[in-house]
Amino acid sequence: MEQAPPDPERQLQPAPLEPLGSPDAGLGAAVGKEAEGAGEESSGVDTKIEISVSEAEKRTGRNAMNMQETYTAYLIETRSVEHTDGQSVLTDSLWRRYSEFELLRSYLLVYYPHIVVPPLPEKRAEFVWHKLSADNMDPDFVERRRIGLENFLLRIASHPILCRDKIFYLFLTQEGNWKETVNETGFQLKADSRLKALNATFRVKNPDKRFTDLKHYSDELQSVISHLLRVRARVADRLYGVYKVHGNYGRVFSEWSAIEKEMGDGLQSAGHHMDVYASSIDDILEDEEHYADQLKEYLFYAEALRAVCRKHELMQYDLEMAAQDLASKKQQCEELVTGTVRTFSLKGMTTKLFGQETPEQREARIKVLEEQINEGEQQLKSKNLEGREFVKNAWADIERFKEQKNRDLKEALISYAVMQISMCKKGIQVWTNAKECFSKM
Amino acid sequence: MEGERRASQAPSSGLPAGGANGESPGGGAPFPGSSGSSALLQAEVLDLDEDEDDLEVFSKDASLMDMNSFSPMMPTSPLSMINQIKFEDEPDLKDLFITVDEPESHVTTIETFITYRIITKTSRGEFDSSEFEVRRRYQDFLWLKGKLEEAHPTLIIPPLPEKFIVKGMVERFNDDFIETRRKALHKFLNRIADHPTLTFNEDFKIFLTAQAWELSSHKKQGPGLLSRMGQTVRAVASSMRGVKNRPEEFMEMNNFIELFSQKINLIDKISQRIYKEEREYFDEMKEYGPIHILWSASEEDLVDTLKDVASCIDRCCKATEKRMSGLSEALLPVVHEYVLYSEMLMLPEEIGKLEDKVECANNALKADWERWKQNMQNDIKLAFTDMAEENIHYYEQCLATWESFLTSQTNLHLEEASEDKP
Repeated sequence: MEQAPPDPERQLQPAPLEPLGSPDAGLGAAVGKEAEGAGEESSGVDTKIEISVSEAEKRTGRNAMNMQETYTAYLIETRSVEHTDGQSVLTDSLWRRYSEFELLRSYLLVYYPHIVVPPLPEKRAEFVWHKLSADNMDPDFVERRRIGLENFLLRIASHPILCRDKIFYLFLTQEGNWKETVNETGFQLKADSRLKALNATFRVKNPDKRFTDLKHYSDELQSVISHLLRVRARVADRLYGVYKVHGNYGRVFSEWSAIEKEMGDGLQSAGHHMDVYASSIDDILEDEEHYADQLKEYLFYAEALRAVCRKHELMQYDLEMAAQDLASKKQQCEELVTGTVRTFSLKGMTTKLFGQETPEQREARIKVLEEQINEGEQQLKSKNLEGREFVKNAWADIERFKEQKNRDLKEALISYAVMQISMCKKGIQVWTNAKECFSKM
Repeated sequence: MEGERRASQAPSSGLPAGGANGESPGGGAPFPGSSGSSALLQAEVLDLDEDEDDLEVFSKDASLMDMNSFSPMMPTSPLSMINQIKFEDEPDLKDLFITVDEPESHVTTIETFITYRIITKTSRGEFDSSEFEVRRRYQDFLWLKGKLEEAHPTLIIPPLPEKFIVKGMVERFNDDFIETRRKALHKFLNRIADHPTLTFNEDFKIFLTAQAWELSSHKKQGPGLLSRMGQTVRAVASSMRGVKNRPEEFMEMNNFIELFSQKINLIDKISQRIYKEEREYFDEMKEYGPIHILWSASEEDLVDTLKDVASCIDRCCKATEKRMSGLSEALLPVVHEYVLYSEMLMLPEEIGKLEDKVECANNALKADWERWKQNMQNDIKLAFTDMAEENIHYYEQCLATWESFLTSQTNLHLEEASEDKP
């Protein structure tokens, strides 16, 4: 579990996963949709890992300020599956709450700035339509969140790079003290300040065009998906109304059938079908909610994309500043050497005011500057290298992300069509039955 | 033709053509209460709302007998399907066809009002011509109804659409309001035309055929013989009321009307609400499709899929619009008419009329009530069957749309898969 604190001078390195008693060097998770991305490290035993968030439980406890609070805890189960016989063995099981997931993600964002880090499901229910409660304790919301958290873990586990992270591994396996372990990495200190990032965004002169385009794309994606989700919620609300009002027919028909001798039976059974129709909307809309969640994931992915762009801008800005600084130092040095003063310097000013400096003083200054210039050139070189490495790695992950996104969204749209088809078939059946009853009246 | 029409009933008592039947004591027979025969239930050709269907009936009897109008070749407008549900033992004997259309606004210095064009086509001898076209305003309809009530105090006279604006409308001559009223007026006249007794009412004939000035001068005349007869009947009826005991039958009927009124009002509210919800659903759906088009602008790999989804949503949107219009054509007017009927039947004088119907041994009076009930059951049944049909059609259309989307996606996928293969 020990690790040397990352060298602050170097580009941040993720905490390497150290073998902990098992020869395999990483988590080869073959779950969900991302099987092909998973780096399956073969150990002596050919095992796969399965992760699931299988339960959610309401708990009460005391928070940091010793006040009682209610929260939901989620059970994470990890299984290893023998390749040969397909048997799965439960290897780890622990409870985590949402804030711990958040901590994990924050950590990953700091240590893998070139990766599009999978987003968490929403903290609070948004895009609600009237039936869905906006309450975090609502069982439907909790259930959807459970699925979202599982999806989050599966995304990480199937990412070729993220799956190897030790903190992630410990998240799944080390119940107590995990928070302390994460904090000990000191990742919070290494996080770029928001202000710094904002500054860079405005002042950077030559960012890579691909990242600029990507930023625009992510803004568009976020805007269009939010719009779509909002309208979808309104459509769902209206559809709910249409179906439910028909239920009133059921009641009236059944009351009326009591007095109508001839039409009685027909009315009664027609009324029953109206009730069936009215209640069918609940399942239909629940299914649609899952579709909405799939879209929401990509809504939140937009922010992850922007995070990568911001990092690039920051690095690029840093590079530009360093180059500028170097250039100005070189200029200063040249002026000192040649004796011409083109740039303003405090020393130059004071020299004018208080008299020339001695040749020795001047030599000393030149020497210092030359050293700084040398250092600066080294730094610039390494920053340049880091910058290019970052762009290369980031772009590789972005390409991977794009393929994933296209696949997933297409699948989601198709599943939407499937849902509509199922809804139409139910509608046809119920109204055909009702029509038969009406015609028998 | 008229003789044929009466063939199924008791032999005519030889009264003048205007009221040749024992069912309408106020209309023709000088002796109220005597029918001279047992009145058979007059099977009625069902009222048709659509103008086109009226003309269809006029020109082609065969279409009415077709029981299998589900074939795609047949015009399956929901209301043409009414035609298949008929009393099979009665051939089509309708000889008076009325349409109400072309509302027009008239502005004078004193007022603004709407007139409706009324076209009558008939083969009846007592009409001077076979086709008439006149213009009438709502006031004229009110007059007609009044005259009919006077002349036939014991019969159920069809209701007129509301005199005043239903709350929620801004101006009196709102398009929807006018259209709804036009349909209801059309219904009103056709109900009268289909009524075995009322159809021969003299004022009705004048209403349908007289020119504007003729009608005004006719209106100014005092109550005629028929209405004086009606007054007599009313007087007799009300004098008899006090000594009536309450037979079970009456209680049953009273009960029925009360409950019916309750239920039909509820159904009316529910149906209006459904229309409103469907409209709001439609409004939201209109916005839903275009968002996918917008999205496709930034997704190169998903352009086709997104555009296809957008077009599916738009097609479903159109289908829902059609469903809504079906509802407003078929179900809503029918239910609302019966709401008006029930309001009328609940009135004390109407209840008195009904008491008379029950109390009097006059089966003819009872027949009018039975006829009304039968019509009601048929109309309600049809209206709901229509609504069900509209919904089935709606879902079938949406199903086809999405299924073809799915097929095209699967095909694309197979294409891509085979392209990937070396």
